[in-house]
Amino acid sequence: MTATTVAPAIELKGISKAFGPVQANKDISIRVMPGTIHGIIGENGAGKSTLMSILYGFYKADAGEVFISGTKTEIPDSQAAISAGIGMVFQHFKLVENFTVLENIILGAEDGWSLTTSLGKARKELVALEQEYGLNVDPDAVIEDLGVGMQQRVEILKALYRQADILILDEPTGVLTPAEADQLFRILGRLREEGKTIILITHKLREIMEITDTVSVMRRGEMTATVKTAETSPEQLAELMVGRKVLLSVNKAPATPGKVVLDIKNLHVTDEAGVERLKGIDLQVRAGEILGIAGVAGNGQSELLELLGGYARGTGTVTLNGTAIDLSGKYADGKSRRAKGIAHVPEDRQREGLIMDFHAWENTAFGYHHDPSYQSGLLMNNAAIREDTEAKMKRFDVRPPDPKLAAKNFSGGNQQKIVLAREIERNPDLLLVGQPTRGVDIGAIEFIHQQIVALRDQGKAILLVSVELEEIFSLSDRIAVMFDGHIMGERLPGQTDEKELGMLMAGMEATQ
Amino acid sequence: MDFLTLIQLLDSTVRLATPLLLACLAGLFSERAGIFDIGLEGKMLAAAFFSAAIASVTGSVWLGLAAGIAASMLLSALHGFASITFRGNQLISGVAINFLAAGLTVLIAQSWFQQGGRTPSLMGGGRFTPITLPFADAVADVPFIGPIYAELISGHSILVYIAFAAVPLTWFILFRTRFGLRLRAVGENPAAVDTAGVSVVGLRYAAIGICSVLCGIAGAYLSTALQAGFVKDMSAGRGYIALAALIFAKWRPWYALYATLLFGLFGALETRPDVITSLTGMRVQGQLLGALPYIMTVIILAGFVGRATPPRAGGEPYVKER
Repeated sequence: MTATTVAPAIELKGISKAFGPVQANKDISIRVMPGTIHGIIGENGAGKSTLMSILYGFYKADAGEVFISGTKTEIPDSQAAISAGIGMVFQHFKLVENFTVLENIILGAEDGWSLTTSLGKARKELVALEQEYGLNVDPDAVIEDLGVGMQQRVEILKALYRQADILILDEPTGVLTPAEADQLFRILGRLREEGKTIILITHKLREIMEITDTVSVMRRGEMTATVKTAETSPEQLAELMVGRKVLLSVNKAPATPGKVVLDIKNLHVTDEAGVERLKGIDLQVRAGEILGIAGVAGNGQSELLELLGGYARGTGTVTLNGTAIDLSGKYADGKSRRAKGIAHVPEDRQREGLIMDFHAWENTAFGYHHDPSYQSGLLMNNAAIREDTEAKMKRFDVRPPDPKLAAKNFSGGNQQKIVLAREIERNPDLLLVGQPTRGVDIGAIEFIHQQIVALRDQGKAILLVSVELEEIFSLSDRIAVMFDGHIMGERLPGQTDEKELGMLMAGMEATQ
Repeated sequence: MDFLTLIQLLDSTVRLATPLLLACLAGLFSERAGIFDIGLEGKMLAAAFFSAAIASVTGSVWLGLAAGIAASMLLSALHGFASITFRGNQLISGVAINFLAAGLTVLIAQSWFQQGGRTPSLMGGGRFTPITLPFADAVADVPFIGPIYAELISGHSILVYIAFAAVPLTWFILFRTRFGLRLRAVGENPAAVDTAGVSVVGLRYAAIGICSVLCGIAGAYLSTALQAGFVKDMSAGRGYIALAALIFAKWRPWYALYATLLFGLFGALETRPDVITSLTGMRVQGQLLGALPYIMTVIILAGFVGRATPPRAGGEPYVKER
């Protein structure tokens, strides 16, 4: 290798950036060699996105220099980044939803004032690009009709159309199914072969190990290490990210399932648009076990949680500890469910689990505000709620343990801990958990998983819904796979693998 | 109703639809770029006053038109500073403009002309006069086609023709040019425009700039073509009806033409109760016709006649974030 003579595609020297008192980037230096995939890994808030925003001209660095292919380059705005050959695929796509693929691709890079001419020229170039990189997308499809995987391809094509040599992808697999993620990785591999340089920002260790050549780790605004991927391990990276040893797999004893707590028979749910989302579900969850429900998002898992949580209506029979639950009548609501001993940690904590502008103590009282210990005559006993919240926050390691802080001011992991503390501390017989660690730091994931297992060990029944297969495997005592409103099958985690579950998740009967 | 009455009715429909059409297209440019403009009313009113005032002082209606457009642009700039540069609430800024225009026009009119908040009546070169199209007199006697050409198509002021020409022009700009693509994009998802390296602020100012010119013409039309001089509150809610027409038109230029013609027809009928009586055989309150545009807009908004989807980023100031 003559690595010393080749200039790095990107070199950052001493980049620093502060937002008020918060030092988001501290003296960061990094070299990314051309034709490689370079991973940048770190927890939420470690400064990865800030660094990339500086590179794409969104923020101006307080100090430091950027070199593109050995030349010092100023990047005051996105236009400059594009001219320097940098393309960015954001976590939240920057596409105009009701425009066609072609219109989105030429936006800002049109050829002259006439749209008709621009579109004609772009169409030819797009077809050539699609063939070159194996990225097939219908140029005339409207964005909102495309799936997220396709939309992401449009973003990549947008960058390639602007002749980007350096492609930055920010958490690209967050919204993808496992199959779509595999496809993305194949595309990235192809781009690398063509000599493109790729920076992959992620907090998922598996992706880093699977596809990158080199990986840089960020923690609290600093670049703590840059290593060759082949010479490291997930355990080492996790330790570098968090700053302490992290258990990547959950330590748990074998389950000792007891009596049936939740018994679901022939459950049907139809949504407001008249679409049948659950088409006859049969499930049982026993005391002292975790039933994991695997599946691609949107196959009925959400509706199942909503029905059990009391805010969707359905037909069929559901019993809890032998007594039937009202599915469509007067008592089909969250309050009655909680009274029966069902606690619910919803899938989207920011929309369903918390009110982001309210204080932690107010959020802790929600749903349990009728608790006699929270009352003082006709009024709420706010002091008592605050005290109770503070105790719960300490037990669940919420940082900072300040009940007067608004929910939005906590990190994702700490928000989730607030919801978990509220629900678990009520000592429910059945805990419903949806996506417990979505957008949660790796250190907090460990803690949340431990709490769920601890509740199981107390003999409670737990119904877990997660789109992360890794999570399903590490937590579940039993796995059920959902597809198109049906249960495709049940497996024991020790007797199946990702491939078999992937087949079931795609609606194919396993042939074994 | 005889043929001539129909022609007369349609003729006044065209004249009443013109300011609505101009204001509606003005709102279309602004709202397609994501800036709600409830201040159409105020801008029209200010333009109406300054057009009449300057035309009356100088005797030149063209100088009057220029003054009207300038006044409208000034108010638009105010709206832009508040809602684009300082990311304020667009509705509040628009309402402020309406109040400002309603008060200032009368105040200045009184101070300049001492005629109770109106301008002197415009005469001669101070007004836009009807244009007789070629051969209008020659074909006037040809049955059927003659009156349509001579009465309905010919004989309007230049501003009417400008308004109608603005429809295909708007369509072309929006859907056939680079500027139009970017303008529509910035009203749907400004972040997409920003990351593509195009200035969101620049595009939005351009949009409200065009909006203010069209609004200025609409205002000038009111005081120098439709009427001969400015009177207090002469825009009479036309800015709001134009907004209703914009929703009715689903933010599309050709639909805007149809919507404003329809609303113009209601206006024309309101002034001809005899026609309604002869058509329906009963007396209909004129106020009911005046309210019809609003009633129809409510029906549209309630989703009875297809869905009217406004530009998705409408009303939201753009804050760069990740």
